[in-house]
Amino acid sequence: MNHPSSETFKENAKAALADVQLRGALKNATSLFGERRKEAAASLPNWEELRTQARAIKDEVLSDLERHLKEFVRNAESRGAVVHRARDAAEANSIICGLAQERNARVIVKSKSMTTEETHLNDALEAAGMQVVETDLGEYIIQLAHEPPSHIIAPAIHKTRQQIGELFTAELGMPPTDDVDQMTSTARATLRDRFAAADVGISGVNFAIAETGTIVIVENEGNIRLTTSLPRLHIAMMGIEKVIPRFADLDVFLKLLPRSGTGQRLTTYQSFITGVKSAPDDEGPDELHIVLLDNGRSRMLAHPVTRQSLACIRCGACLNACPVYQQIGGHAYGSVYPGPIGAVITPQLMGIQKAAQLPFASSLCGACRDVCPVKIDIPQLLLHLRGEISQRKGSATERLIFKVWARVMTSPSLYKLSAIAGRILQRVVPIPRNMRKLESKSFNDLWTND
Amino acid sequence: MKVALFVTCLVDQMWTSIGVSSVAVLRRVGCEVEFDKRQTCCAQPAFNTGYRDEARQVARRFISIFEESKADAIVSPSGSCTAMVHHYPQLFAGDPEWLPRARAVAARTHELSSFLVRVLKKENVGASWSGKLTWHDACHGLRDLNIKSEPRTLIRNVRGAEFVELEHADACCGFGGTFSVKYPEISMAILDQKIDAIERAGVQAVVSGDASCLMQIGGRLSRQGSKVRVMHLAELLNESSQQ
Repeated sequence: MNHPSSETFKENAKAALADVQLRGALKNATSLFGERRKEAAASLPNWEELRTQARAIKDEVLSDLERHLKEFVRNAESRGAVVHRARDAAEANSIICGLAQERNARVIVKSKSMTTEETHLNDALEAAGMQVVETDLGEYIIQLAHEPPSHIIAPAIHKTRQQIGELFTAELGMPPTDDVDQMTSTARATLRDRFAAADVGISGVNFAIAETGTIVIVENEGNIRLTTSLPRLHIAMMGIEKVIPRFADLDVFLKLLPRSGTGQRLTTYQSFITGVKSAPDDEGPDELHIVLLDNGRSRMLAHPVTRQSLACIRCGACLNACPVYQQIGGHAYGSVYPGPIGAVITPQLMGIQKAAQLPFASSLCGACRDVCPVKIDIPQLLLHLRGEISQRKGSATERLIFKVWARVMTSPSLYKLSAIAGRILQRVVPIPRNMRKLESKSFNDLWTND
Repeated sequence: MKVALFVTCLVDQMWTSIGVSSVAVLRRVGCEVEFDKRQTCCAQPAFNTGYRDEARQVARRFISIFEESKADAIVSPSGSCTAMVHHYPQLFAGDPEWLPRARAVAARTHELSSFLVRVLKKENVGASWSGKLTWHDACHGLRDLNIKSEPRTLIRNVRGAEFVELEHADACCGFGGTFSVKYPEISMAILDQKIDAIERAGVQAVVSGDASCLMQIGGRLSRQGSKVRVMHLAELLNESSQQ
């Protein structure tokens, strides 16, 4: 399976548009998520207020991220966790591989984590000779299919039930069926066995609370609870932006995140993990290691416009609301972060030259901004990135077009002249699809007769 | 009230009846309308494509022209171009000379339906049109200027017109300026959803507040031989039941 790259976005998108099954699956899933989100948001009288509060908390953290991180590290370590800081993906992967190898780990279970997708941790662990098993059902499906996730919270959103049935039959020997219960039972049986064998559990983090050193992870399947409690070693990887100041801040975020993501009032499980096991509840892993990943985040933080990209809580609502994502899905973006927020953070993480098409893959309709639980002004960020890209590496033709355009639009006589030229030209050159012809007299011409 | 019309380059060159209708409607509700013949474009194409220097050149000229006007308000039959003028302060952030000038012009600039309803408090402009019609929310009017109820109010008060709400009226038509040029296939796929919804609505006309969306929607409708026509809100409000 070759993974599409951000550099070939246009071609990827065309291929996606030709995929009937993909578009059917996307239509169902995004509209279902969208409707549920709307209902869930409407069920709270103070939705707008919560969004404002959440953003204020994020802004508070981002205004002095280092201080909040230090507080988190101090409190987590005082409860027995070991905290590592990784500058980039390679460093994060090598820390985690090292921890696993030192303990002669053979089997690793993982719960869903976009940050480990970002660093391609699985590839690194497998290259080091370990078996890695994704335990979130959606992640497990795409792992079996050797595909990257196509949605931030629903990684297998692009697959139909029938496609998943065929995959399970081929990979797990399940008798042919598209019955959801039977498919789930098959996955469950296989995964239970891996949980029992696992030496290490790797998870992501939704929120890291500075004042207590607690990490909070939300889920619906119970696999995170198992991943973080069954193996002897638990490693949690998080982006540095995941820290929030106070335990009480969770009130706002735990209202916003599930409602925005899946339209639930609450996820089935929320795990609060503070350090390693200690009396009297002598349960859980012997060791907890937390890896704080930068990987370009400090760069985003440094710029006053791009800083708000780090407020994202990875709910996926902007993907479901985006007319572009609804048509082409996530893989076309060539990034683990697709959709509107992906078009914003991918160029900042991977480098603008590698993802220069993504900020332009938006009609700037603003639906993403409306649904964002932390009020990120995604269109503004897209426009900012477009500015960076066009000024630095816009095509020579395009630059020339806009230079000429600016001349024309700042001179009434040139404007008039080009309209005349246009009227002649349109007799011989077909006008672009969905444009009207230039009229024989402009409004400006008509105004004289008024 | 004295009003300076910003007709927009698209309407000026490709759809003059929107401009003509806007003037007629504004006069009918008692406005004195002026038109500065030096006006061209709001700068949005360059701004949206990332050419900020070029956008600034064109925006400066817009500001200079319209700040000369003594009119009480600048009114435009486009949510998108009005929203662009409201974005001018973003273009001139940190510029002590142009930022206040940009802000002042932006504060005076209104989209037609919101000017009628919010500023003039006119909910009925005395139009009549017989038939069933629906409204497409153009994105920038809806989300940048928060225009939602105003056009609906005006349409409901058109005598003889039966208004039906469009399914996903607030969904993008896929135009997006630069976007439809760079990614025409995606733009068309998005448009298809809009067209389907319009056809399902069983209307004679789809009305909107932006010529750009209407070109995108109207082009597709006429190519597939649909009987549904596109109409700008200004055109509808200028209709009288002589026909």
